[in-house]
Amino acid sequence: MLETILQTTPLHPKVEAANLNFYYGNTHALKNINLILPDKQITALIGPSGCGKTTLLRCFNRMHDLYSGNRYEGEIILDGSVNILSRRLDPIEVRMRVGMVFQRPNPFPKSIFENVAYGLRVRGEKNRTTIADKVEKALRDAALWDEVKDRLQDMAFNLSGGQQQRLCIARALATDPELILFDEPTSALDPIATANVEDLMTQLKQQVTILIVTHSMQQAARLSDYTAFMYLGELVEHDRTEVIFNDPLNKQTRDYISGRFG
Amino acid sequence: MTSSSLNAIHQSVSRRQFISQSFAIVGLLGILIAIITLIALILQMVLQGAPKLNWQFLTSFADPDPAIAGILAAWVGTCLVMLVTVTAAVPIGIAAGVYLEEYAKKNWLSDLIEINVTNLAGVPSIVYGLLALGLFKYYFNLGESILTAGLTLALLVLPVVIVTTREALRAIPNALREAAYAMGASKWQMIAHHLLPYSMGSILTGVIIGLSRAIGETAPLVTIGALTFIAFLPESPIQPSFPFISFEWLKAPFTVLPIQMFNWVSRPEIEFQTNAAAAGVILIAMTLSMNGLAIYLRYRIRKGLKW
Repeated sequence: MLETILQTTPLHPKVEAANLNFYYGNTHALKNINLILPDKQITALIGPSGCGKTTLLRCFNRMHDLYSGNRYEGEIILDGSVNILSRRLDPIEVRMRVGMVFQRPNPFPKSIFENVAYGLRVRGEKNRTTIADKVEKALRDAALWDEVKDRLQDMAFNLSGGQQQRLCIARALATDPELILFDEPTSALDPIATANVEDLMTQLKQQVTILIVTHSMQQAARLSDYTAFMYLGELVEHDRTEVIFNDPLNKQTRDYISGRFG
Repeated sequence: MTSSSLNAIHQSVSRRQFISQSFAIVGLLGILIAIITLIALILQMVLQGAPKLNWQFLTSFADPDPAIAGILAAWVGTCLVMLVTVTAAVPIGIAAGVYLEEYAKKNWLSDLIEINVTNLAGVPSIVYGLLALGLFKYYFNLGESILTAGLTLALLVLPVVIVTTREALRAIPNALREAAYAMGASKWQMIAHHLLPYSMGSILTGVIIGLSRAIGETAPLVTIGALTFIAFLPESPIQPSFPFISFEWLKAPFTVLPIQMFNWVSRPEIEFQTNAAAAGVILIAMTLSMNGLAIYLRYRIRKGLKW
């Protein structure tokens, strides 16, 4: 078994997964994962299909709790204090601090405005001005405001795929999350929309920590500060992105990066 | 490619196309038979009942004299009974459907419940009548009242509402549930803000299908002792004096349109046949307008909904 090797220790760990194991029923899907997400940095998870990238991502906001038969072991410590995986912690509390953007844009069949306002409504925000301000700020941060400001009451489905994905990002941003999880956010988008979303993520890095799962190694290389390579449920190597892509320690990582498998 | 193999391709295609076309014709014939039967039935009833289709018919009580007999008590009874049925069956049915689909753990017990609920929709209505006779009339002592009738028909409609609610919820993609949960929504918020609004169009269709079945039911209401002749209206639910709302009508005896029809059809006087046909036209008009309302509401609710 290969050990996880961290060459450079990040200065401010925002989230720290320690000895994380995850089971779908009897399937041992994640094996002893140790991963640090540095504060206000982009960490990319790469690896071949079925290696557990998405499974790992979905541990960070306890999405696995929605389906029965799933079991976590180990810890994911947020801000050095709260264990996300603690059974005593309500997953709703986790999801109020950790946002998520999915593989396919999944806006609600509601207006553009209501989509972005939803997180605030869930939190019981009633003040119309506060909601309107936060919606505008989130849409600006998601680089969508200029395109939709005149039609906030239109249905979200009238937007193009790329706009819908940025709307989903705005929806996640509106509640000021500390960490946003991106699950292959551009796999359903064309190259131009992909470039827009990537630009956006690079800018978002200033305000929020980002964990992204991606199939595209070019995307990981372009976007991320840190890259983790996963294989068969294990975290094989985790380091600064330039190290992973130029001089990985592990042979499997090297083979995957150079396109020899996966 | 040789001409003989081209020929073989040609023959194979035309043979398969012939089968496709044949099925289209069979299907079309099937539709025509159904539609023509329906139109003939309605037309025949309208023509037969035409002389009685007037205001006087709608505003008079039943009478031994077929010329002045009307369906006032019957259509008011039908409306009030349906009101009780909707009020009872819709909230309970939707709640049960939501519970089974979203809250209950999926195991052998939930499978068993699902099979039974589906079977309940096929139980003959007279059986519900017997159940209601024992339960509502004798055990709860509700009498031969509008309340008893409405609850009886509610039992009949309930499985349909539960099954359609579950199917409507199942049609909503998981991505929307996950999107709501990822925003920090609780289960109830996810259901109330998303699942119910998005599925309301389909649920409504199920409710109307159930009500369309219930509105024409005779057997269970005869079983609980509906009257066939009645010459007064229940007390109005809206009162001129405080507290302005009265629920006395729930306890009133009643009759409904299908029972009135049945009563007239079984009379020897030929004039009563005209009355029965006219009552039938009114009953069909009520059913069709209910369906029309459902289609309109569904269109309104579903507009802009897609996933």
